[in-house]
Amino acid sequence: MSGAIPILETRGLCKAFGALEVAREIDFRLERGARHALIGPNGAGKTTFVNLLTGVLAPSRGQVLLEGEDVTHLPQAKRVKRGIARTFQISQLFRGLTVLENVAIAVAERMGAGGAMLKPAGAHREVLDETIRLVEMLKLGDDAGRRIGELPYGRQRLVEIAIALGLAPRVLLLDEPAAGIPSAESHIILDAIASLPAEIAILIIEHDMDVVFRFAKRITVMVSGAVFAEGTPAEIAANRDVRAVYLGSALDG
Amino acid sequence: MMRGAAAAAEAFARRHRLRWWEALPWIAALAAFFVFPTYLSFGTQLLVTVLFALSLDLVLGYAGIVTLGHAAFFGAGAYTVGMLAAHAGWNEPLSGLAAAAAVAATIGFLSGLVLLRTHGLTLLMLTLCTMALLEQAANMGAAWTGGFDGIPGLKFQKILGLFEFDVLYFRTQYLYALAVLFACFVLVRTLVYSSFGQSLTGVRENVLRMHAVGAPVRTRLVVAYTISAALAGVAGGLFAQATGFVNLAVLGLDRSAGVMIMLILGGYGRLYGAFVGAVAFLLLEHVLAKAYPTAWQLGVGVLLVLVALYARNGILGLAEPLARRFAARRGGV
Repeated sequence: MSGAIPILETRGLCKAFGALEVAREIDFRLERGARHALIGPNGAGKTTFVNLLTGVLAPSRGQVLLEGEDVTHLPQAKRVKRGIARTFQISQLFRGLTVLENVAIAVAERMGAGGAMLKPAGAHREVLDETIRLVEMLKLGDDAGRRIGELPYGRQRLVEIAIALGLAPRVLLLDEPAAGIPSAESHIILDAIASLPAEIAILIIEHDMDVVFRFAKRITVMVSGAVFAEGTPAEIAANRDVRAVYLGSALDG
Repeated sequence: MMRGAAAAAEAFARRHRLRWWEALPWIAALAAFFVFPTYLSFGTQLLVTVLFALSLDLVLGYAGIVTLGHAAFFGAGAYTVGMLAAHAGWNEPLSGLAAAAAVAATIGFLSGLVLLRTHGLTLLMLTLCTMALLEQAANMGAAWTGGFDGIPGLKFQKILGLFEFDVLYFRTQYLYALAVLFACFVLVRTLVYSSFGQSLTGVRENVLRMHAVGAPVRTRLVVAYTISAALAGVAGGLFAQATGFVNLAVLGLDRSAGVMIMLILGGYGRLYGAFVGAVAFLLLEHVLAKAYPTAWQLGVGVLLVLVALYARNGILGLAEPLARRFAARRGGV
């Protein structure tokens, strides 16, 4: 497994805001079709890491490689086109638009129809068909015609995922997909994530250890902007240092 | 489950189709031509203002670009037509409008390249500054622009070589303005229902998300801004041709703020908000100014406060729930 080129890799990735180092020498590999979790206490730099991967932030040093190709200096839009998609910790949706329109915007951009000026948006049949497929896949069919603002937060989180899938990603970065949802509803998100196509490599940032251990085949622990430990769930659970800095306090809390 | 998504998609695929009530503004405009033959000068002004407000709706209402400098493009169009007619003898109306559109679009494109890197208050101030620069240029370049006095007494050829401008009753100007407005409206309507228009709405609703779906956000904004500037330029050119003069009032803050107020009053991002807002505002101004010559602005002010407090989506926004209820009842739900 270590011999193959990973779908996404970072080498010596650093990011500093002035004297504050938020990412320190991060060497990270995401394998093809991975189910990988990134955990760490608040402020460990997990979201910063996602921003470095997607191109929202430029690193101070180091490289980001997509399938062995250097994408460190590609802007966000270009990386999306190459197959890196993300969801946001706090939902970033088009609140005044319907669920269907939200997903259709993403699909239209991916299919290169987003700039078409003369043809009505609803006349791009291929965009519409793909949008319907995704909306149904995430069991949002009944809400497809409703505006985001009218939906409960849990349903909004599903729309986040639907939009990301609309970009046909090869790498999907899920930033706390179940954040802000009552725990009674979080299984809806988990089921949705569990049923995602196997060929998509998924990196999930999550605080809920039940979610992490149920979902992930591999776990990376970040502390203070650096990789603290990495291994299988069993290895991480057995790691005394990890328990000391993170799991212990999280489980107690 | 299946039916939900498919039904929503069907509604989405149909939303650009013409609805019966969309004929109403045009029927009303044609009816006004016969019913109020002595008010056609005012009517022409109204149509020009609707076109100007419509151009603003594309950037403000759809793309969410908050600008206080939109009169820059109206003024650029008006001065282009005025200076070409006064100094170059270029007084063929339709090509004059084309020139007005081209000049305004060029200014919109060049300023948009710089301005649209910013947003919020910075953008607001920069749009204002762009307009102020043009206003000063028009003021100081007196040899070309007539300075403070402007260029009066402009004369234009017959439209299409057939219809002479009617300096007394504005009959020709009114129908000419209506035809130009209609052509521009068809363009704007096509744009806002296209994928391009949908992506502008996306930028307005959540620019962060638009970047994250890989959309070329700034390119889209610059394109929209340029088209909007061209349309505002056509409105300005139309104004100069219809009235036969140009002066500094075509590109002041009054005009920028006024058109924004109209759009908010009518309901922005709604295509027809420009019609409702411009008509409501100008009629109110007309009526109030007659009744209370010194204090008419107070009435406009009070109305604006009421709209801001109780009707955030403007007059059309008030009508929407009623229309939805009507449609639901007719659909037999």
